[in-house]
Amino acid sequence: MATDHAATSEHAADVHHDPAEIDRHVRVYITVFVALMALTLITVAVSYLDLSTPMAVAVALFIATIKGSLVACYFMHLISEKKLIYAVLAITVFKFVALMVLPVLTHNNGYWIP
Amino acid sequence: MEIPYTFQERRDTGLTNGKIGIWLFLASEVMLFGALFASYILIRVGAPSWPRGDTVLDVPMATFNTIVLIGSSVTMVMAWASLMRRQFGKFRLYMAATVLLGGVFLVVKYFEYSHHLHLGEYPRTNNFFAVYYTLTGLHMLHVIGGMAVNAYFWGPGAKLYKTNPVWFTNRVEHSGLFWHFVDLVWIFLFPTLYLL
Repeated sequence: MATDHAATSEHAADVHHDPAEIDRHVRVYITVFVALMALTLITVAVSYLDLSTPMAVAVALFIATIKGSLVACYFMHLISEKKLIYAVLAITVFKFVALMVLPVLTHNNGYWIP
Repeated sequence: MEIPYTFQERRDTGLTNGKIGIWLFLASEVMLFGALFASYILIRVGAPSWPRGDTVLDVPMATFNTIVLIGSSVTMVMAWASLMRRQFGKFRLYMAATVLLGGVFLVVKYFEYSHHLHLGEYPRTNNFFAVYYTLTGLHMLHVIGGMAVNAYFWGPGAKLYKTNPVWFTNRVEHSGLFWHFVDLVWIFLFPTLYLL
């Protein structure tokens, strides 16, 4: 497979990144960690409020979505990923949303709508 | 035969095979957990009554586990950052912490399961516990799988660092992506099962 390797980027094998850039990344990781801790405590605190079920679900999922986005964007580096990864995830998100929404749309008060 | 693009990126995609492979795998994992979440929603919406998670499950224990898992995600990403800085000693320290935190998560889960089983609350007891054991059980299997891979890279797998540090760094990044996904799933499981 030497031909395949010949077609690769000349810079790809360079693992040495600018130390200052890595330090900046590390500071972001710590900030995200603090934010995730705070949001976890907020999630628990909100659950003690006397909210209606739809409101409680909305608030809990909203906070979980923020936390999930922080993990995906910064820990999983999705904020600066290649286009092909975004394309794969776009298809995944589309199908995931369909998986969540379609059954709920066809369901009403415990009975299936024919 | 040598496997191509293990540490060098393809010119057309800018990605290594491992990177695109792990993301395709994670996409399939999203659909796996998505199917179970959709089932949970339908079962819950269709049930005449459903207990709030915090009246049945141990919220402080689950909150502690959430903090542990988020902490392990940070140590995982720090392990990768250490390799990027060519600090192998620090990498091993952070990777060991990641595996240990995964172990703490499992120990807490053991106590949680033991408590419910002691009370006679089995998956067959009702739909709530069927959903609880299925979702948390599958997630726990992912934690065990992630710990096994991370332990391998901490131990025997680390030999690769001496001969090909770039490839090894990529491998750790990929196992990290899986570990963060496991954390991400728990971030949604925690409120939906324990708090609502």
